Amino acid sequence: MIEQLKEKVNSDASLTRRGRFLTTMFLIEIGTAQWLVSIVEGRIVSVAQGPFVMPSWTFALRAPPEEWEKFWSADPRPGSNDLMALIKRRVLKAEGDLQVFMANLRYFKESLEKLRPAGAAT
Amino acid sequence: MSATFEPIVGRYMHLDLFGRAHRIYVEEAGQGTPLLCLHTAGSDGRQYRGLMNHPGITANHRVIAFDMPWHGKSSPPSGWHDEEYQLTSAQYTTMILDIMTALQLDQPIVMGCSIGGRIALHLALEHPERFRAIIGLQAGAHVDPYYDLNFLHRPDVHGGEVSAAIVSGLVGPKAPVKERWETLWHYMQGGPGVFKGDLYFYKIDGDIRDRVGRIDTRRCPLFLLSGEYDYSCTPEETLAVAASIPGAEVTIMKGLGHFPMSEDPQTFIEHLMPVLEKINGRYAPR
Repeated sequence: MIEQLKEKVNSDASLTRRGRFLTTMFLIEIGTAQWLVSIVEGRIVSVAQGPFVMPSWTFALRAPPEEWEKFWSADPRPGSNDLMALIKRRVLKAEGDLQVFMANLRYFKESLEKLRPAGAAT
Repeated sequence: MSATFEPIVGRYMHLDLFGRAHRIYVEEAGQGTPLLCLHTAGSDGRQYRGLMNHPGITANHRVIAFDMPWHGKSSPPSGWHDEEYQLTSAQYTTMILDIMTALQLDQPIVMGCSIGGRIALHLALEHPERFRAIIGLQAGAHVDPYYDLNFLHRPDVHGGEVSAAIVSGLVGPKAPVKERWETLWHYMQGGPGVFKGDLYFYKIDGDIRDRVGRIDTRRCPLFLLSGEYDYSCTPEETLAVAASIPGAEVTIMKGLGHFPMSEDPQTFIEHLMPVLEKINGRYAPR
Protein backbone atom coordinates (compact mmCIF):
# COMPACT_ATOMS: atom_id res chain seq x y z
CA MET A 1 0.00 0.00 0.00
CA ILE A 2 2.80 2.42 0.88
CA GLU A 3 4.22 1.74 -2.58
CA GLN A 4 1.19 3.57 -4.04
CA LEU A 5 2.61 6.82 -2.68
CA LYS A 6 4.88 7.14 -5.69
CA GLU A 7 2.15 7.20 -8.31
CA LYS A 8 -0.33 9.15 -6.18
CA VAL A 9 2.11 11.92 -5.29
CA ASN A 10 3.84 12.18 -8.66
CA SER A 11 0.54 12.51 -10.51
CA ASP A 12 -0.45 15.58 -8.46
CA ALA A 13 1.16 18.51 -10.26
CA SER A 14 0.23 21.01 -7.55
CA LEU A 15 1.84 18.87 -4.84
CA THR A 16 5.06 18.21 -6.74
CA ARG A 17 5.33 21.90 -7.62
CA ARG A 18 5.11 22.86 -3.95
CA GLY A 19 7.70 20.19 -3.16
CA ARG A 20 10.17 21.23 -5.85
CA PHE A 21 12.80 22.33 -3.32
CA LEU A 22 12.46 19.12 -1.31
CA THR A 23 14.98 16.30 -1.67
CA THR A 24 15.14 13.84 1.19
CA MET A 25 14.74 10.27 2.41
CA PHE A 26 12.33 9.47 5.23
CA LEU A 27 11.20 6.34 7.04
CA ILE A 28 7.62 5.21 7.65
CA GLU A 29 7.14 2.58 10.32
CA ILE A 30 3.90 0.66 10.72
CA GLY A 31 4.38 -1.41 13.82
CA THR A 32 7.60 -3.28 13.03
CA ALA A 33 7.35 -2.96 9.24
CA GLN A 34 9.43 -0.22 7.63
CA TRP A 35 9.52 1.66 4.34
CA LEU A 36 12.09 4.15 3.06
CA VAL A 37 10.65 6.85 0.85
CA SER A 38 13.07 8.75 -1.36
CA ILE A 39 12.03 12.16 -2.70
CA VAL A 40 13.94 14.17 -5.29
CA GLU A 41 12.75 17.70 -6.03
CA GLY A 42 9.23 16.93 -4.89
CA ARG A 43 8.83 13.67 -6.81
CA ILE A 44 8.94 10.29 -5.11
CA VAL A 45 11.62 8.27 -6.87
CA SER A 46 11.44 5.10 -4.77
CA VAL A 47 9.55 3.40 -1.97
CA ALA A 48 11.56 0.49 -0.57
CA GLN A 49 10.23 -1.99 1.96
CA GLY A 50 12.43 -3.21 4.84
CA PRO A 51 13.77 -4.84 6.83
CA PHE A 52 16.92 -2.77 6.38
CA VAL A 53 20.41 -3.46 7.65
CA MET A 54 21.72 0.11 7.80
CA PRO A 55 18.94 2.49 6.79
CA SER A 56 19.77 6.19 6.41
CA TRP A 57 17.00 8.73 6.68
CA THR A 58 16.48 12.35 7.70
CA PHE A 59 13.39 11.72 9.78
CA ALA A 60 11.10 8.86 10.73
CA LEU A 61 7.35 8.63 11.36
CA ARG A 62 6.47 5.66 13.58
CA ALA A 63 3.01 4.54 14.69
CA PRO A 64 1.23 1.25 15.48
CA PRO A 65 -0.72 -0.44 12.63
CA GLU A 66 -4.13 0.34 14.18
CA GLU A 67 -3.34 4.07 14.29
CA TRP A 68 -2.22 4.22 10.66
CA GLU A 69 -5.31 2.20 9.72
CA LYS A 70 -7.57 4.79 11.37
CA PHE A 71 -5.60 7.64 9.78
CA TRP A 72 -5.93 6.05 6.33
CA SER A 73 -9.66 5.32 6.64
CA ALA A 74 -12.05 7.07 4.24
CA ASP A 75 -13.58 9.31 6.90
CA PRO A 76 -11.17 9.41 9.86
CA ARG A 77 -12.63 10.13 13.26
CA PRO A 78 -11.56 13.14 15.36
CA GLY A 79 -8.06 12.48 16.69
CA SER A 80 -7.15 10.30 13.69
CA ASN A 81 -7.77 12.86 10.93
CA ASP A 82 -4.36 14.53 10.83
CA LEU A 83 -0.69 13.73 11.49
CA MET A 84 -0.57 16.45 14.16
CA ALA A 85 -3.60 14.90 15.86
CA LEU A 86 -1.72 11.60 16.10
CA ILE A 87 1.34 13.41 17.46
CA LYS A 88 -0.85 15.22 20.01
CA ARG A 89 -2.17 11.86 21.24
CA ARG A 90 1.43 10.63 21.44
CA VAL A 91 0.71 7.64 19.15
CA LEU A 92 2.78 8.96 16.22
CA LYS A 93 6.44 9.47 16.96
CA ALA A 94 8.27 11.89 14.69
CA GLU A 95 12.05 11.75 15.15
CA GLY A 96 15.30 12.63 13.46
CA ASP A 97 15.98 15.92 11.65
CA LEU A 98 12.48 17.35 11.85
CA GLN A 99 13.41 20.63 10.17
CA VAL A 100 12.80 18.92 6.81
CA PHE A 101 9.45 17.59 8.01
CA MET A 102 8.27 20.90 9.46
CA ALA A 103 9.54 23.10 6.60
CA ASN A 104 7.50 20.92 4.23
CA LEU A 105 4.68 19.97 6.59
CA ARG A 106 1.84 20.63 4.14
CA TYR A 107 3.62 18.47 1.53
CA PHE A 108 4.02 15.54 3.92
CA LYS A 109 0.49 15.80 5.31
CA GLU A 110 -1.10 15.91 1.87
CA SER A 111 1.16 13.15 0.52
CA LEU A 112 0.34 10.69 3.28
CA GLU A 113 -3.37 11.53 3.13
CA LYS A 114 -3.31 10.33 -0.46
CA LEU A 115 -3.22 6.76 0.84
CA ARG A 116 -6.84 7.17 2.00
CA PRO A 117 -9.40 5.42 -0.25
CA ALA A 118 -10.05 7.36 -3.45
CA GLY A 119 -12.67 10.06 -3.04
CA ALA A 120 -12.01 10.47 0.69
CA ALA A 121 -12.37 13.99 2.07
CA THR A 122 -9.09 15.80 2.59
CA MET B 1 -19.67 44.50 -13.84
CA SER B 2 -21.13 45.71 -10.57
CA ALA B 3 -19.27 45.95 -7.30
CA THR B 4 -20.87 45.03 -4.02
CA PHE B 5 -19.75 46.11 -0.58
CA GLU B 6 -20.00 44.28 2.71
CA PRO B 7 -21.56 46.15 5.64
CA ILE B 8 -18.29 45.89 7.62
CA VAL B 9 -16.57 49.17 8.52
CA GLY B 10 -12.96 49.29 9.70
CA ARG B 11 -11.08 52.04 11.51
CA TYR B 12 -7.66 52.51 13.07
CA MET B 13 -7.72 53.39 16.75
CA HIS B 14 -4.80 55.00 18.54
CA LEU B 15 -4.65 53.88 22.14
CA ASP B 16 -2.03 53.50 24.86
CA LEU B 17 -1.76 49.92 26.09
CA PHE B 18 0.67 48.81 28.83
CA GLY B 19 2.13 52.32 28.75
CA ARG B 20 2.95 52.25 25.03
CA ALA B 21 1.30 53.84 22.03
CA HIS B 22 -0.54 51.39 19.80
CA ARG B 23 -2.30 51.59 16.43
CA ILE B 24 -5.12 49.08 16.47
CA TYR B 25 -7.44 48.06 13.67
CA VAL B 26 -11.09 47.67 14.68
CA GLU B 27 -13.91 46.38 12.49
CA GLU B 28 -17.62 46.39 13.16
CA ALA B 29 -21.02 45.79 11.64
CA GLY B 30 -24.59 45.93 12.89
CA GLN B 31 -26.48 47.65 15.66
CA GLY B 32 -27.76 46.62 19.05
CA THR B 33 -26.22 44.54 21.80
CA PRO B 34 -22.43 44.86 21.56
CA LEU B 35 -20.77 41.55 20.73
CA LEU B 36 -16.99 41.81 21.10
CA CYS B 37 -15.15 39.05 19.22
CA LEU B 38 -11.62 37.80 19.92
CA HIS B 39 -9.62 36.00 17.24
CA THR B 40 -7.40 32.94 17.64
CA ALA B 41 -3.62 32.86 18.08
CA GLY B 42 -1.68 33.88 14.98
CA SER B 43 -4.74 35.12 13.08
CA ASP B 44 -6.88 38.28 13.06
CA GLY B 45 -10.38 39.71 13.18
CA ARG B 46 -11.25 38.56 9.66
CA GLN B 47 -12.21 35.27 11.28
CA TYR B 48 -15.52 36.93 12.20
CA ARG B 49 -16.40 38.04 8.65
CA GLY B 50 -19.24 35.51 8.51
CA LEU B 51 -20.93 36.93 11.60
CA MET B 52 -20.50 40.53 10.45
CA ASN B 53 -22.08 39.69 7.11
CA HIS B 54 -25.02 37.77 8.58
CA PRO B 55 -28.18 39.91 8.74
CA GLY B 56 -29.67 37.63 11.38
CA ILE B 57 -26.81 38.53 13.72
CA THR B 58 -26.27 42.18 12.81
CA ALA B 59 -30.00 43.07 12.97
CA ASN B 60 -29.71 43.26 16.75
CA HIS B 61 -26.00 43.01 17.52
CA ARG B 62 -23.15 45.44 17.05
CA VAL B 63 -20.44 42.93 16.15
CA ILE B 64 -16.94 44.25 16.86
CA ALA B 65 -13.56 42.61 16.27
CA PHE B 66 -10.15 44.15 16.75
CA ASP B 67 -6.84 42.81 15.50
CA MET B 68 -4.58 42.35 18.50
CA PRO B 69 -1.33 44.33 18.39
CA TRP B 70 1.16 42.53 16.07
CA HIS B 71 -1.78 40.87 14.21
CA GLY B 72 -3.69 41.61 11.01
CA LYS B 73 -3.75 45.33 10.24
CA SER B 74 -2.72 46.36 13.76
CA SER B 75 0.92 47.32 14.19
CA PRO B 76 3.38 46.16 16.77
CA PRO B 77 4.39 49.02 19.07
CA SER B 78 7.40 51.15 18.17
CA GLY B 79 10.57 49.36 19.27
CA TRP B 80 9.23 45.92 18.33
CA HIS B 81 12.16 45.18 16.04
CA ASP B 82 14.43 44.43 18.99
CA GLU B 83 11.90 42.48 21.04
CA GLU B 84 10.53 38.96 21.22
CA TYR B 85 6.73 39.05 21.21
CA GLN B 86 5.15 37.09 24.07
CA LEU B 87 1.52 37.44 25.05
CA THR B 88 0.75 37.24 28.78
CA SER B 89 -2.56 36.85 30.62
CA ALA B 90 -2.15 40.29 32.19
CA GLN B 91 -1.52 42.03 28.86
CA TYR B 92 -4.35 40.19 27.13
CA THR B 93 -6.84 41.10 29.87
CA THR B 94 -5.71 44.74 29.96
CA MET B 95 -5.95 45.03 26.18
CA ILE B 96 -9.54 43.77 26.08
CA LEU B 97 -10.77 45.92 28.97
CA ASP B 98 -9.01 49.07 27.72
CA ILE B 99 -10.34 48.64 24.19
CA MET B 100 -13.85 48.13 25.60
CA THR B 101 -13.50 51.35 27.58
CA ALA B 102 -12.13 53.24 24.58
CA LEU B 103 -15.07 52.06 22.45
CA GLN B 104 -17.48 52.88 25.30
CA LEU B 105 -18.91 49.37 25.26
CA ASP B 106 -21.27 48.92 28.18
CA GLN B 107 -21.43 45.31 29.28
CA PRO B 108 -20.87 43.68 25.90
CA ILE B 109 -21.16 40.01 25.23
CA VAL B 110 -17.58 38.85 24.75
CA MET B 111 -16.88 35.85 22.52
CA GLY B 112 -13.38 34.50 22.02
CA CYS B 113 -11.95 31.47 20.26
CA SER B 114 -8.96 29.34 21.29
CA ILE B 115 -6.64 31.82 23.05
CA GLY B 116 -9.74 34.04 22.97
CA GLY B 117 -11.70 31.24 24.60
CA ARG B 118 -9.03 30.84 27.25
CA ILE B 119 -8.98 34.56 28.07
CA ALA B 120 -12.79 34.40 28.19
CA LEU B 121 -12.37 32.04 31.15
CA HIS B 122 -9.94 34.51 32.78
CA LEU B 123 -12.46 37.34 32.22
CA ALA B 124 -15.29 35.23 33.64
CA LEU B 125 -13.23 34.68 36.76
CA GLU B 126 -11.73 38.13 37.26
CA HIS B 127 -14.06 40.65 35.58
CA PRO B 128 -17.55 39.15 35.35
CA GLU B 129 -19.21 42.49 36.13
CA ARG B 130 -17.90 43.98 32.88
CA PHE B 131 -19.87 41.59 30.67
CA ARG B 132 -23.47 40.72 29.88
CA ALA B 133 -22.42 37.19 28.98
CA ILE B 134 -19.23 35.35 28.06
CA ILE B 135 -18.94 32.87 25.20
CA GLY B 136 -15.86 30.66 24.99
CA LEU B 137 -15.23 28.87 21.70
CA GLN B 138 -12.75 25.99 21.82
CA ALA B 139 -12.07 27.00 25.40
CA GLY B 140 -9.96 24.76 27.59
CA ALA B 141 -8.16 25.48 30.85
CA HIS B 142 -4.77 24.33 29.54
CA VAL B 143 -3.04 22.73 26.54
CA ASP B 144 0.25 20.86 26.81
CA PRO B 145 2.70 21.67 24.00
CA TYR B 146 2.61 18.84 21.47
CA TYR B 147 5.27 20.04 19.08
CA ASP B 148 8.47 22.06 19.34
CA LEU B 149 7.24 25.64 19.19
CA ASN B 150 10.66 26.82 17.96
CA PHE B 151 9.73 25.54 14.49
CA LEU B 152 7.25 28.43 14.27
CA HIS B 153 10.02 31.02 14.19
CA ARG B 154 13.37 30.13 12.70
CA PRO B 155 14.94 31.22 9.43
CA ASP B 156 15.05 27.78 7.79
CA VAL B 157 11.29 27.18 8.13
CA HIS B 158 8.76 29.56 6.55
CA GLY B 159 6.71 30.85 9.47
CA GLY B 160 3.50 31.40 7.54
CA GLU B 161 3.61 28.08 5.74
CA VAL B 162 4.37 26.06 8.86
CA SER B 163 1.76 27.86 10.98
CA ALA B 164 -0.96 27.11 8.45
CA ALA B 165 0.25 23.53 8.01
CA ILE B 166 0.23 22.93 11.75
CA VAL B 167 -3.34 24.14 12.19
CA SER B 168 -4.76 22.77 8.91
CA GLY B 169 -5.95 19.53 10.53
CA LEU B 170 -7.81 21.52 13.18
CA VAL B 171 -10.33 22.59 10.55
CA GLY B 172 -13.30 20.23 10.42
CA PRO B 173 -13.28 17.80 7.47
CA LYS B 174 -16.57 19.07 6.02
CA ALA B 175 -15.68 22.77 6.09
CA PRO B 176 -16.37 24.50 2.75
CA VAL B 177 -13.16 24.70 0.67
CA LYS B 178 -13.37 28.49 0.35
CA GLU B 179 -13.71 29.12 4.08
CA ARG B 180 -11.12 26.47 5.03
CA TRP B 181 -8.44 28.06 2.89
CA GLU B 182 -9.42 31.62 3.82
CA THR B 183 -8.90 30.55 7.45
CA LEU B 184 -5.49 29.06 6.63
CA TRP B 185 -4.49 32.09 4.55
CA HIS B 186 -4.81 34.27 7.65
CA TYR B 187 -2.29 31.98 9.35
CA MET B 188 0.05 32.20 6.38
CA GLN B 189 -0.03 35.99 6.68
CA GLY B 190 1.00 36.18 10.33
CA GLY B 191 4.14 38.16 11.23
CA PRO B 192 7.33 36.35 12.23
CA GLY B 193 7.09 34.80 15.68
CA VAL B 194 3.58 36.12 16.36
CA PHE B 195 1.77 32.77 16.44
CA LYS B 196 4.54 31.44 18.68
CA GLY B 197 4.26 34.49 20.95
CA ASP B 198 0.51 33.95 21.31
CA LEU B 199 1.08 30.32 22.22
CA TYR B 200 3.19 31.47 25.17
CA PHE B 201 -0.14 32.55 26.67
CA TYR B 202 -2.01 29.47 25.41
CA LYS B 203 0.43 26.80 26.56
CA ILE B 204 2.33 28.38 29.45
CA ASP B 205 1.25 31.67 31.00
CA GLY B 206 -2.52 31.33 30.62
CA ASP B 207 -2.92 27.98 32.42
CA ILE B 208 -6.07 28.42 34.53
CA ARG B 209 -6.66 24.81 35.66
CA ASP B 210 -6.30 25.54 39.36
CA ARG B 211 -8.76 28.46 39.31
CA VAL B 212 -11.35 27.72 36.65
CA GLY B 213 -13.70 26.03 39.14
CA ARG B 214 -14.08 29.33 40.97
CA ILE B 215 -15.92 30.99 38.09
CA ASP B 216 -19.33 32.13 39.36
CA THR B 217 -21.89 32.02 36.54
CA ARG B 218 -24.41 33.85 38.75
CA ARG B 219 -22.21 36.93 38.28
CA CYS B 220 -21.95 36.45 34.51
CA PRO B 221 -23.43 33.64 32.40
CA LEU B 222 -20.89 31.45 30.62
CA PHE B 223 -21.45 29.50 27.41
CA LEU B 224 -18.89 27.10 25.95
CA LEU B 225 -19.08 25.88 22.35
CA SER B 226 -16.50 23.47 20.93
CA GLY B 227 -16.03 21.74 17.60
CA GLU B 228 -15.85 17.97 17.45
CA TYR B 229 -12.64 17.75 15.39
CA ASP B 230 -10.51 20.06 17.52
CA TYR B 231 -7.52 18.13 18.85
CA SER B 232 -5.91 21.25 20.34
CA CYS B 233 -8.80 21.88 22.72
CA THR B 234 -10.79 18.65 22.54
CA PRO B 235 -14.52 18.40 23.31
CA GLU B 236 -13.51 16.33 26.35
CA GLU B 237 -11.43 19.24 27.67
CA THR B 238 -14.30 21.69 27.17
CA LEU B 239 -16.70 19.26 28.87
CA ALA B 240 -14.27 18.96 31.79
CA VAL B 241 -14.16 22.75 32.18
CA ALA B 242 -17.96 22.93 31.98
CA ALA B 243 -18.32 20.16 34.57
CA SER B 244 -16.15 22.11 37.02
CA ILE B 245 -18.20 25.33 36.70
CA PRO B 246 -21.78 25.17 38.02
CA GLY B 247 -24.18 26.85 35.58
CA ALA B 248 -21.86 26.78 32.56
CA GLU B 249 -23.72 25.74 29.41
CA VAL B 250 -21.90 23.65 26.83
CA THR B 251 -22.51 22.82 23.16
CA ILE B 252 -20.40 20.33 21.22
CA MET B 253 -20.61 21.28 17.55
CA LYS B 254 -20.62 18.16 15.39
CA GLY B 255 -18.37 18.22 12.34
CA LEU B 256 -16.71 21.51 13.21
CA GLY B 257 -13.10 22.07 14.24
CA HIS B 258 -11.02 24.68 16.03
CA PHE B 259 -12.11 27.75 14.00
CA PRO B 260 -15.91 27.41 13.85
CA MET B 261 -16.73 31.05 13.05
CA SER B 262 -14.21 31.13 10.20
CA GLU B 263 -14.01 27.59 8.79
CA ASP B 264 -17.80 27.18 8.45
CA PRO B 265 -19.64 30.37 9.44
CA GLN B 266 -23.05 29.11 8.33
CA THR B 267 -23.00 25.98 10.47
CA PHE B 268 -21.48 27.86 13.40
CA ILE B 269 -24.19 30.51 13.33
CA GLU B 270 -26.82 27.77 13.65
CA HIS B 271 -25.18 26.81 16.95
CA LEU B 272 -24.62 30.41 18.05
CA MET B 273 -28.13 31.77 17.40
CA PRO B 274 -29.86 29.89 20.25
CA VAL B 275 -27.11 31.04 22.63
CA LEU B 276 -27.54 34.69 21.63
CA GLU B 277 -31.33 34.40 21.90
CA LYS B 278 -30.95 32.96 25.37
CA ILE B 279 -28.58 35.74 26.42
CA ASN B 280 -30.72 38.53 25.00
CA GLY B 281 -33.93 37.09 26.41
CA ARG B 282 -32.75 36.08 29.82
CA TYR B 283 -29.93 38.40 30.73
CA ALA B 284 -30.65 42.10 30.38
CA PRO B 285 -27.81 44.48 31.25
CA ARG B 286 -27.45 44.73 35.00
